[in-house]
Amino acid sequence: MHMAHLLASSMGGLRTTGDLVARMELKKMRVNDAKKYVADKLHVTPFELSDPTLMRNLREELDIGVITGVPGVAKGLAAKFRIAELLGIEINCVEQFKKKTSTKV
Amino acid sequence: MKIVTRMGDNTSVELTPDELRADIVEGSETAAKRAKIPALTENEIDYLVDMFSCPSRIWGVERGHEVVMTKDGCVNALNSSRMSSGVVAPVNREVGVRLFESMLGFDSMEVAHNDYSVKPQRFLKALEQLHMELLQETTIIPLLYGFMPNLGLYYRPDGSFDNPSDLLPLGKIDEARRAQEEALEACLGDCVLMSDCMLEMGADGIDYDTVASTGDAEFLAVLKCTEHVAKETGLPVEIGMAAEMVLGFHGELEYDGTRLAGLWPHQQLKLCEKAGCAIFGPVVNTNTKKSVPWNLARALTFVKECDRVAEIPIHPNVGMGVGGVPMFETPAVDAVTRCSAAMIEIGGADGL
Repeated sequence: MHMAHLLASSMGGLRTTGDLVARMELKKMRVNDAKKYVADKLHVTPFELSDPTLMRNLREELDIGVITGVPGVAKGLAAKFRIAELLGIEINCVEQFKKKTSTKV
Repeated sequence: MKIVTRMGDNTSVELTPDELRADIVEGSETAAKRAKIPALTENEIDYLVDMFSCPSRIWGVERGHEVVMTKDGCVNALNSSRMSSGVVAPVNREVGVRLFESMLGFDSMEVAHNDYSVKPQRFLKALEQLHMELLQETTIIPLLYGFMPNLGLYYRPDGSFDNPSDLLPLGKIDEARRAQEEALEACLGDCVLMSDCMLEMGADGIDYDTVASTGDAEFLAVLKCTEHVAKETGLPVEIGMAAEMVLGFHGELEYDGTRLAGLWPHQQLKLCEKAGCAIFGPVVNTNTKKSVPWNLARALTFVKECDRVAEIPIHPNVGMGVGGVPMFETPAVDAVTRCSAAMIEIGGADGL
């Protein structure tokens, strides 16, 4: 059933920019506003956000994580650090990591 | 000419074009009449007729209309039993969440325990925190922590509070109400505890699932917990409901001056917004004796009204037995893809 929804309606997460749009929806933006916000930050159109060809190359260029395994491309927390900076948002686990790794007394 | 579609129990059925249109119209009008909201327009009915008449196995949204998915149940579909439509795959949550991210291309995921209610999860708090903490280090998509408030577990025989289902048939209405008021405070305490501790571990938000499954007392507990999370942490809460109407087991509970019993999805949404919710998931249960076109039209009528009044994203539930999807362990792809696409193209959903 999950696959059916993914085929029919989904942006596809890391295949395109679904994770980025999802982050903006979690900030209470409705989908068109969330897509416009992300598209503006990536300097693309909202339509292009769902294009796996364009977005796969752009994600690697921006180093914000890609869906396949590529050595050296940002993964996990490193990718989220870069996503937070790119989108101009706070990501909870990034902030927690900063607190955990800060050596300031 | 016969159109092959499905019933709400996933069995195949043949309808004539007139029967198909009649089912769609009746499904929509049923919802419109009960909730006093507009029915689907002629254009929307035409879309549904075209969609169900098409012999294609797969249906989808127009390119550019794709939305994002949020998830309940964590990786139960992989490693749980038939109760969760699971395939008992030998994968733990670390593997499962990574598979949902990379192999299945999910836009976000939920971390949760197989025993998905907050009452049992509370005892595994440290373990759950560790899973969230570790997964946040290796994943890129947003991860929410989720559970069902499931107030029913707080009543006897599972819990320590008197069971209103036992008291109400005896005419002990006041006692039943007191029991619910006491139990909801205990449930609220557990929801707050689990929400706070997960957010400390870096969760991107909290997902409350099947909210109001035991009626208005449970809904009140979740609204109060949402208020707490929104005010104290500023982090997002997703609320996924259990049914299209809040059952009034108590009948007199209110939130912000609004009685909770009898609320329809568009009314539930407004209270969730007031509480500080970030994403609202309306639920419309499938009637297995009616066709999928009937069920979907009914569900879309409710969801469309949510879309009209919503200030936050709406993610209608389109799992097994909800949102027009047939009630079956493995709902057919021809039905699921149609429900999925229609929720966006007609329902105006921001996600699923």
